[in-house]
Amino acid sequence: MGKRTVLYDSHVAAGARMVDFGGWDMPVNYGSQIDEHHAVRTDAGMFDVSHMTVVDLEGARVREFLRHLLANDVAKLKEPGKALYSCMLNNQAGIIDDLIVYFMRDDWFRMVVNAATHDKDLAWITQQAQPYGIKLTERHLAMVAVQGPHAREKAATVLPAALRAPALALKAFTAAEGEGLFVGRTGYTGEDGFEIMIPAEQAADYWQRFMKAGVKPAGLGARDTLRLEAAMNLYGSDMDEGVTPLESGLAWTIAWEPHDRDFIGRKALTAQRDAGPKRKFVGLLLEDKGVLRGHQRVVAEGVGEGEITSGTFSPTLDRSIALARVPVATGDEVQVDIRGRLCKARVVKPPFVRNGKALVKV
Amino acid sequence: MSKIPADLKYTKSHEWVKLGADGVATVGITDHAQSALGDLVYVEAPKKGRKLKAGESCAVVESVKAASDVYSPLAGEVVEGNDALADAPEKINQDAYGAWLMRLKLANPADLNGLLDAKAYEKLLADEAH
Repeated sequence: MGKRTVLYDSHVAAGARMVDFGGWDMPVNYGSQIDEHHAVRTDAGMFDVSHMTVVDLEGARVREFLRHLLANDVAKLKEPGKALYSCMLNNQAGIIDDLIVYFMRDDWFRMVVNAATHDKDLAWITQQAQPYGIKLTERHLAMVAVQGPHAREKAATVLPAALRAPALALKAFTAAEGEGLFVGRTGYTGEDGFEIMIPAEQAADYWQRFMKAGVKPAGLGARDTLRLEAAMNLYGSDMDEGVTPLESGLAWTIAWEPHDRDFIGRKALTAQRDAGPKRKFVGLLLEDKGVLRGHQRVVAEGVGEGEITSGTFSPTLDRSIALARVPVATGDEVQVDIRGRLCKARVVKPPFVRNGKALVKV
Repeated sequence: MSKIPADLKYTKSHEWVKLGADGVATVGITDHAQSALGDLVYVEAPKKGRKLKAGESCAVVESVKAASDVYSPLAGEVVEGNDALADAPEKINQDAYGAWLMRLKLANPADLNGLLDAKAYEKLLADEAH
């Protein structure tokens, strides 16, 4: 038996097929993951993401610390509630994790990091925070991600009255808190929506009320097809400590300016940037029938070989898609070794889908 | 609880077989199999004329989650593969016993007796669940 979130019983009651996910018993689907996927793209779906790690960092030097810890620059966050997405690097510029950090107050920032990297991340952050006198507190909150074009309006009907208007007024990548809840206009699906932190003892009740408001429970299966269509990286598959952001399609998350910001991994990353990375991160669209999967070999004729980092079948495009790490000189067409057969795939610039619309020509 | 029609025969690898009057068997995957795989997105049925041994891998069904080989329950020759499934693999999820994969002219219809009946398959599923 793995770890269980406070919503475990709600999932079982809703007919979920439960699987092990990094030591947690999580719902993979409640029936059809393709239906759940379409519900998020066209209406509103919700995911239990309570397994993720929420850490509060407090102290007079928090901002200074985070500007050293993270490859993106929290100095960009000027309004309370504003958040950004960043990689956390080691000294070799390898990615320890990807995360979202919220600026709440000059002496308080909140970070959400992955579930599978919980121990590693907290040990690293604790160690790095030593010289700065930071108070680190892990929050054991439930978290529900409500996603889709109608997600915010449906979720808002369930929120406490005082929080309703502030939540609906949130701009993208900004959070508001009140009445014990923390609402961020963030997500991992490529659709608009909220990620809502809820006190554990209230979570099951909120889950039921979201359902009554017309939000469809969605599991990890749909979560993976949605995030891949949106070309959102999955730590552990698309990147790990052995690769840098420059080889993972995450160059946009690096804040090189100001020049004198000494973030962990800067030296090694600069060296790679100046030498020119040898590999690039691309999207693939399978031209034949079949399914692309992680670790499949990618062949770029005359250039070399790469590897698929994540692959799946895209319900929105009705075709298989993947993210892959390939030699930097790879052109527009490649072949992928699918169980011994070489299949044609087209190289495309991710994302594949955003806000319900296909961005690539199928 | 998955459906297990009483009039069919079954294999340990979750295929079902229905013998026709002319010695041609219809083969597919069971309701349990389609449920375990999840939404199917790709089906490769065997080609007409292919000669198969019992237990030989003859088709592929692929869901978002995983690809799964389908094994021929008995020896015989493929008289028809259900190519229509290539465009509508979800039919197997909707009706596992209606969405057949292949029609097989059996080398020896008596071989059917070596397969599991509905009760034995039901027991297999119950044992597998533990």
